[in-house]
Amino acid sequence: MAEETFPPANRGPFSTLRRYLGIYALLARNSVVREMTFKTNFLLWIVVELLWFSLQLSFIGVMYLHTESIAGWSKWQVVLLMGASHFIQQLFQAFFLINCTNLSELVRTGKLDFLLMLPVNTRFIVSVRQMDLGAFVNAATAVAVTVYAANRLALAPSAGLVLGFLVLCAVGIIIHYSLMFLLATVSFWAVQAQGIVWAYYNLFNIARLPDAAFKGLFKVFFTFAIPMLLVSNVPVKLLVQKLGSPLELLLLLGMALGCLLVSEAGWRVSVRRYTSASS
Amino acid sequence: MRKYWHVINVGIQNTLVYRLNFLFRAAFGLIPLTATIFLWQAVFAGKQGASTVASYTLTEMISYYLIVTIVDALTAVTDDDWQIAGDIREGTISQFLLKPIDYLYYRLCLFFSGRMIYCVVAAVPVVLFIFYLRKYFVLPADIATLSWFLVSVFLTAMLQFLISFTMAMLAFWVLEVSTFIFILFAIEYIAGGHLFPLDILPPLISQVLDFTPFPYQMFFPVSVYLGKTSGAVLGWGLMVQALWVMAMYGVARLVWSRGVRKYAAFGG
Repeated sequence: MAEETFPPANRGPFSTLRRYLGIYALLARNSVVREMTFKTNFLLWIVVELLWFSLQLSFIGVMYLHTESIAGWSKWQVVLLMGASHFIQQLFQAFFLINCTNLSELVRTGKLDFLLMLPVNTRFIVSVRQMDLGAFVNAATAVAVTVYAANRLALAPSAGLVLGFLVLCAVGIIIHYSLMFLLATVSFWAVQAQGIVWAYYNLFNIARLPDAAFKGLFKVFFTFAIPMLLVSNVPVKLLVQKLGSPLELLLLLGMALGCLLVSEAGWRVSVRRYTSASS
Repeated sequence: MRKYWHVINVGIQNTLVYRLNFLFRAAFGLIPLTATIFLWQAVFAGKQGASTVASYTLTEMISYYLIVTIVDALTAVTDDDWQIAGDIREGTISQFLLKPIDYLYYRLCLFFSGRMIYCVVAAVPVVLFIFYLRKYFVLPADIATLSWFLVSVFLTAMLQFLISFTMAMLAFWVLEVSTFIFILFAIEYIAGGHLFPLDILPPLISQVLDFTPFPYQMFFPVSVYLGKTSGAVLGWGLMVQALWVMAMYGVARLVWSRGVRKYAAFGG
């Protein structure tokens, strides 16, 4: 059926794009069907994520019981940061996270052989095979928190500013995806998927904290090597007009491009190794 | 008794396989810890004049998190609950119903051997980290404090294990226990004092928490170490902690026997 719906490959960029969109639509439908098979589990996972999110918020709430500001950030600014960070994380989770963690399983079971043979870009099919629909629900709660915090701060951003914010969020998603994908390709060598997810959650923990609180090597490393302190800080700083200089925007974009390139290089090396190792 | 020594031995050899994973885990766990310490430093830096946050100095606050890390390495249940749930789901527990070995004690032995290996592996990054922050690391006031701390850590380990064991027993009734395990973990994380010391909460909330087992899963031993709990309160606290361990042991046994009855009825 699929073969009739899609025009064959190699007919110019436009039809290639249409073909990939078509494939993506099919995969998305597949994900909906899959999720609906385990409805209770689907709902429970939403509860788990909600719980963790409120836990992070209460951590900040407790800190602000004892102080007015943390490194120049007020309570509602940090709440806004947490909301935005959760929004970025949940969208990343919706589109990419399971696929990244599944990669080690694909390698272990040899199912990757099958995907390598398909007439589509393997990285594409590996990255978007499944969609996590519950994460969209969680992204919505993140939006609610963000909007509420913006209200408390009496922010009235222009449409252009909101658009800029959303674009930067998308750039943040790209950074998370690239880094996670790179981590996942490590599974071609050793570590189990569980270890990868664990490492990732630890990294992500930093993204929701105000960058001004950090100093020294830690700050340099998580800005220029693993740009966790840029991912959600830069979009939020744009929104609350806290940006030190427009250079921060360029830095975020540059780091995103860098991460994407490095992850592509890592992927290519790994696939080459996989093929030569054979299963 | 000898067979359980044997189990510990086998457990040690089995978990040695995961040493790299453990190292990875311990090392990455230091990242959010560092972030939390930075955050508290910023809070204290912003409080010109006042040098304490709800009776904690900066040194005590940082020590709190460092000791949480140590107690966590010594007592946390990392993989045991998943394995127990897996044993039930896949039917591997059938063999324990036939063998003259008690499943709860068997798992307890594995838990202890797992913790032993974890601590040996995690010691490297954690000790280096504490050495780096040595100026913020307080030592226990005296030998007695240290001894009571160790007693309390042992009770914490028992409590952690028994609660996780009971939770994993859910696998007798539901197919997918991971969400329940995560929900419990989240509650333990905040109500146990992983995230912040419980005595910086509004008094009403910390008083309510005192009636739950959660503070005894982390906060209590740490406050003993820091000398925040001493004298009669310490004695009382240890007694309550021991009572929670006994109560959870009873619940674990009860749920296990109920579960096995249900399991056998399925046709094992």
